[in-house]
Amino acid sequence: MRYLPKSPAERQEMLAAIGAKSIDELFSSIPEPYRLKKPLHLPGPLSEAEIIEYFKARAAENSFGYTSFLGAGVYNHLRSVITDTIIQRGEFLTSYTPYQAEISQGTLQAIFEFQTMICQLTGQEVANASMYDGSTATTEAVLMAERLTGRRRVLIARSVHPEYRDVLKTYAKNSGLQVEEIPFAAKGTLDTRALQAALKDDVCAVVVQSPNFFGAIESVAPLAESAHATGALLVVAVTEGVSLGLLKPPAEADIVAMEAQSFGLAPSYGGPFAGVIASRDKFVRQMPGRLTGQTTDSEGRRGFVLTLATREQHIRREKATSNICTNQALCALAATVHLTLLGKEGLREMAEQNFSKAQFALSELEKIPGVRRAFAAPFFNEFTVELQRSVRLVNAQLLREKIIGPYVLGTPYPELTKHALVCVTETTTGAEITRFAAAVRRALEQPL
Amino acid sequence: MTDKIKKASRHTIQNEGLIFEKSSPGKRAFDLAPLDVPAADPAKALGAEYRRAGVEGFPEVSEIEVLRHFTRLSTWNFAIDLGMYPLGSCTMKYNPRVNELVARLDGIATEHPYQPQELSQGCLKILQLLEKSLLEITGMDAITLQPSAGAQGELTGLLLIRAYLERQGNARKKVLIPDSAHGTNPATAVIAGYQVESIKSESHGQIDVDKLRELVTEDVAALMITNPSTLGIFEERMPEIAAILHGKGALLYMDGANMNALAGVARPGDLGVDVMHLNLHKTMSTPHGGGGPGAGPVAMKKILEPFRPAPILVEKEGGRLALDFQRKESIGKVKAFGGNFGVLVRALAYLLAYGPGLRQATEDAVLNANYIRKHLEDVFELPYNLPSMHEVVFSDALQKKNGVNTMDIAKRLIDYGFHPYTTAFPLIVPGALMIEPTESESKEECDLFIDALRAIAEESATNPELVKTAPHTTRVRRLDEVAAARKPVLRWKPAEKRSESAD
Repeated sequence: MRYLPKSPAERQEMLAAIGAKSIDELFSSIPEPYRLKKPLHLPGPLSEAEIIEYFKARAAENSFGYTSFLGAGVYNHLRSVITDTIIQRGEFLTSYTPYQAEISQGTLQAIFEFQTMICQLTGQEVANASMYDGSTATTEAVLMAERLTGRRRVLIARSVHPEYRDVLKTYAKNSGLQVEEIPFAAKGTLDTRALQAALKDDVCAVVVQSPNFFGAIESVAPLAESAHATGALLVVAVTEGVSLGLLKPPAEADIVAMEAQSFGLAPSYGGPFAGVIASRDKFVRQMPGRLTGQTTDSEGRRGFVLTLATREQHIRREKATSNICTNQALCALAATVHLTLLGKEGLREMAEQNFSKAQFALSELEKIPGVRRAFAAPFFNEFTVELQRSVRLVNAQLLREKIIGPYVLGTPYPELTKHALVCVTETTTGAEITRFAAAVRRALEQPL
Repeated sequence: MTDKIKKASRHTIQNEGLIFEKSSPGKRAFDLAPLDVPAADPAKALGAEYRRAGVEGFPEVSEIEVLRHFTRLSTWNFAIDLGMYPLGSCTMKYNPRVNELVARLDGIATEHPYQPQELSQGCLKILQLLEKSLLEITGMDAITLQPSAGAQGELTGLLLIRAYLERQGNARKKVLIPDSAHGTNPATAVIAGYQVESIKSESHGQIDVDKLRELVTEDVAALMITNPSTLGIFEERMPEIAAILHGKGALLYMDGANMNALAGVARPGDLGVDVMHLNLHKTMSTPHGGGGPGAGPVAMKKILEPFRPAPILVEKEGGRLALDFQRKESIGKVKAFGGNFGVLVRALAYLLAYGPGLRQATEDAVLNANYIRKHLEDVFELPYNLPSMHEVVFSDALQKKNGVNTMDIAKRLIDYGFHPYTTAFPLIVPGALMIEPTESESKEECDLFIDALRAIAEESATNPELVKTAPHTTRVRRLDEVAAARKPVLRWKPAEKRSESAD
């Protein structure tokens, strides 16, 4: 086997050194009846070329050659060759969590730079080294708010990503958290009156997403004011990081739970992505996840270490702030390299292109009889339209023209029967948008 | 000192500042194609209320500077690609590069989780083949690939147990956890709504079965067991342990962190385990990447199957695969968008390379651990001397006499060109040296490692100061962790402008 660096003679030599007659002797502590007698029934072994062939064949059974207008929490943005070159360096790819700081300074300094950039993006004071994804980051942000306030009620906007809300409910079920959903108003943003009615002094967190699941941008500052008036914390989830290149950061939030997939990570059928939590300095000791801090070595040189570990499971066990151990380090590194490449100007330009293209896409769609903008709130690169026909039927027509149509909002929101969530990014060309609009027009005009 | 170092690794010592310190306005490393639609004016369309001017403090550098910056940083890391990385419990094995290639293919990396299932058959076939393979390896009946990593797999497993017991009418109160367990076990049990009761290991390091029999009452939901244990010892009485739990209606959870000792040799399902997670970033070689991403699939017996996180992969007529979201008894979702697909792809590529030959990897891993044990047991104390599986745990008791502890020995190993073993874990071994070589090390590499540790044992007696001040060859020396925690500096900030007024 090509991955195993031993010859049969070396194996024998090693067994002899140990004083074992056969390899089976080394497994003698497994009771005999439980030792496998037959080889496992597994496909393979395959050569390298055969492995590539297998996966290429699978790739060909997927959506290759289609243009997509899907977003809904997973975005197709440009990725750079440089990012991939860096994260494939063995020194980053094949290293472990940087517990031995003296030989992990590369990873540690990169995390420090990641934490800094996340703070700059979100307007927060401190960010962690990463969480699994945006959904678990949002959940952990709520658990953090619970620890900080000692309260148990959570108010989460229905306009937060449905799967993020699902994950929160899974975690909340057994930790005594009471999760209530706040409806959205006619313009697509949180119904502030409903929020006011629900806000009492037993609420630990108000959770919103901005831009929200319908693409609508929430006004964070007044929401923070409302939450703070009752002693609750405001948690803002960000699923589309690129929006932060153009939109005011959620600086008034107490905790920002972010998905960094937009920063150089492929959609990859849903993962791996990188969640991250940012917050205020004063809350840092209740933050989950790893943190890298700056320090000096015994000769006074700057260096970095994992720090404040007394929050974590390997030290605190059942009293830890979270059970997270392995996080998404390499994905966070990819985001760091990607954001460094974009830089201040690149990120702004990318965000502006997303914005312009979404405006163009909406204007093209609005020309079609039977398409109506659903929500009046401003948006970034995703917006909701209401169609005269079922989105499913329209999408079925689009597929015939090699277009993957917009997200069907009726699945998670039964009342939005004919609503579609359209996403365009800098990777969507003007010509593709025009072709998409023409296809939607044909689909709506076609006799049923 | 130098004549003993047969495997010299010189760490690069070039200086490299923070990227922010290299920034200069007007430099750029990225260009977009020109905008091909009419430009919308965000100031007009959004208004001042929503718009920001730009991200203050973001770096402005060129492409070559970005490449050089991160390449230089990378040279300060140790990695499996550079040599043996014997972190116990972490299974730092070779990460085959073909796995990286296939995870990046167009049609694999490019797929959106919400695209139509008829355009995702390739992805679903990959998931199906991985599910079948992992079930075969674990001897279980059903599986979920959704959990992001081991700790989330543990949570999923306990929530499955909870859902099952709730359906029986009583979720119960306690989860039993041996004192040798990973910290994630108790941290997870709390999130699942259980109290933790610790079980002391018996004098040989195994579960105290008589004590267990006393502790398992109608209040106990499950025992979380790691097998082989964190001492690298197989729990010989596993079937009996399972029977004790089942006799009281409780279930047996297995932490699969140490599955690299069993794959192809024995199956947890046959040993009475009801539910377990696998760490694909350990056993199935997906890269640790400096701390993640991982994947923590959870395999289970039939009784737990109805409670799996939605969606479930199902095969329809004609072999068409689909995702079933309508799962009434499901515990819910633990992560958005299904599992860490890119990691799952790499794990399948790994398994395809081995096929049934996976057993050879397990045998080599156990062979290496025992070979190292044999050659070190005369110079390091072995606190529990039952047979070792894939890892061996020594203690620093002999070196302590000269004031040298496990962390000092670990730091000195760096000078010899190795990554340290796991220090100070498991907690039941004071001053532990937890060594897991994995199957990826040749006899030569094992010999060099043995030489290094024997030399350090000798240095600990003859020149303890040399060991206590190690490492001597790295870019930075030991770092002040106390200062880092006392006054945390967790982000870069631009140099403060000079101000006359004090506070």
